Amino acid sequence: MEISAKLRFATIAAATTALMSSATLFGANAQETYRIGYAVSKTGPGAPGAATSTIPNYEMWVKEVNDAGGLKVGDKQLPIEVVEYDDRSSSEEAVRAVERLINQDKVDFILSPWGTGINLAVAPILDRAGYAHLAGTAVTDKAPQLAKRWKNSYWLLGTGEQYAVEMAEFLKGLKDAGKINDKVAMIAVADGFGIELSKAGRAALEDRDFDLVYDKTYPLGSQDLATIVNDIKSLGADTFVAFSYPPGTLGLTEQSRVLGFNPKVFYAGVGTAFPLYKDRFGADAEGVVSLGGASENDPKIADYIKRHIAFAGREPDRWASIVNWASLQSLHQAIERAGSTDREAVNAELAKGGFDTILGTYKPGDQNFWQVGQWQDGKFVGVAPTSMEGAHELVFPKPAWKAAN
Amino acid sequence: MLSYAIFSGITLGGMYALVAMGLTLQYGVSRIMNLAYGELVIVASFIAFVFMTSFGINPILGLLIIIPLSFVLNWAIYRILLTPLVARAKNRGMLEVDSILATFGLLFIVQGVLLVWFGGNYYSYDFMNNAVDVFGAVIAANRLVALGFAVVIGLGFYLILTRTRIGTALRAVAVDPTSARLVAIDVNFASCFAFALGGAVAAVGGVLVSMFLTFSTSMGVVFTMKALIVVIMGGVGNLLGALVAGLILGVAESLVATYIDPGLTIAVTYVIFLLVLLVKPSGLFGRATS
Repeated sequence: MEISAKLRFATIAAATTALMSSATLFGANAQETYRIGYAVSKTGPGAPGAATSTIPNYEMWVKEVNDAGGLKVGDKQLPIEVVEYDDRSSSEEAVRAVERLINQDKVDFILSPWGTGINLAVAPILDRAGYAHLAGTAVTDKAPQLAKRWKNSYWLLGTGEQYAVEMAEFLKGLKDAGKINDKVAMIAVADGFGIELSKAGRAALEDRDFDLVYDKTYPLGSQDLATIVNDIKSLGADTFVAFSYPPGTLGLTEQSRVLGFNPKVFYAGVGTAFPLYKDRFGADAEGVVSLGGASENDPKIADYIKRHIAFAGREPDRWASIVNWASLQSLHQAIERAGSTDREAVNAELAKGGFDTILGTYKPGDQNFWQVGQWQDGKFVGVAPTSMEGAHELVFPKPAWKAAN
Repeated sequence: MLSYAIFSGITLGGMYALVAMGLTLQYGVSRIMNLAYGELVIVASFIAFVFMTSFGINPILGLLIIIPLSFVLNWAIYRILLTPLVARAKNRGMLEVDSILATFGLLFIVQGVLLVWFGGNYYSYDFMNNAVDVFGAVIAANRLVALGFAVVIGLGFYLILTRTRIGTALRAVAVDPTSARLVAIDVNFASCFAFALGGAVAAVGGVLVSMFLTFSTSMGVVFTMKALIVVIMGGVGNLLGALVAGLILGVAESLVATYIDPGLTIAVTYVIFLLVLLVKPSGLFGRATS
């Protein structure tokens, strides 16, 4: 026992020394790559979201940059080397991984993890170390305060309130035109996203004289929402709003279809803008409303979607993916404009904005993307804000479900 | 409203029972607390998905291939991974601890392989989603099929276990493996057979569930947890118990969602679970151990 413990200690000590010396050796060499790191949920409950909106974009960006010869900084062009960790969908794990990226791997830049909670968890660490934090998949009502507190953090998807208010405003337009009655049935997943959006949605709808005839939450992970749909069916609401997560979104769409619940406006939550939704429901996706949207007539967006399909073998989602891609373009251009990997210089460029992205001229944090979108002819197009260029007319009322009958 | 709540609860409960019955065989007879159980359910879901989307084989027909395949796979898992643990275990407690650790490792292996092949995305396909009218309640056909399988498997295995020779042997092994040897029962074979059978039932569950649930590579643990509750509530090793416990949970969730609040469906599951454990610690159909 005694001997084996000593032996183990000696082995660890030897290994550490060897590692350290190789590290110094490596450090003595001239820099041959730029190192970009990220921790993202490759396993655990967050994995499907990350695999949809985050990971393919990061991988595609690195590949495109490296295929073009690498990242151009000043007069030097070097390929990107990626340091990647799995945060197993846990905030603690993400914090550890990001600290490791900063202290041990000493990466030049860090890309954001997936999800609101994990982005909130790593934000103070990135801020302390002076890394820019382009949180591409976080929705939080604290976004404006957070951006002030950690000045190099950008909360790209904005607040839950803005989506809820934009939706309520849009519904008010329909109500004022006499197209829908004032009854709204609303459900939300009992998790950060659902709670924030339903809170904002409740206030926004009541301000606009809507009558919430159903207003309940359901537990995270639940896909069996048939009893809820059946309850709502008899309440005479023209509008159904669900601030749901992907499994729930698919579950309640399916169950509404089976039960023949077809309100004039059918708004479902995260997952509706995923290509999975169209694959799953085909023609029945037509008319379903949700958050996000893409201007596919815009050649830049169309080209991005085409490249994404070629790279990942599937379409990007029509909400966070697009914003994520714009943030990668911004970071890329900020580094080139700064002409150095000095983080302060790059942070200063990021703050200036004016990047040429698929969202047009963009400054991280701009909310110049669709807040309400709808499936129309197999495309998830933007319908609100109606003032935005390229806003589509709403397909109204939602066509009847086809498959179930 | 009441009839709908009850019928949708029964289909929901049928699904719970279906997913739990394989575990009750594996845990009850083989004494393997299989933490990778949910992953094996998910593997079957993915196979069904590939059959359906790539080869156009409908999942029900696919069962003809998937059942023997998973039986063989689970047989191999028992023979290669678990037999050494069984051989060296001095008592049941030790086997349970060892099998928990070993299958915990297996969980990550299976999940890792699935992740490499399918990535982390959600998967879902459309099959038998047409509406069926049952006594005035509209239910999706695929859920009725799953309920039917649950009832047939639950009652079928109950009868096999109580009325046949091999069933009696399996029960003998479940009760006391050492004494079972004395009456010339091949305990190793019986344990291995029960484990493989449990794996095959898990696969049936995975295939049927994939027809109406959205699944991903990381969802296995959800099934393991639910199955564990149903198994312990019904009485370890008792298939009829699993069926009844599953149905009770399903109907309770559905009634609570309809009449009280959908937010409490998970809470009610655990309340019932706790009550059963307080009143009858060995489960609804469990035999009190001395």
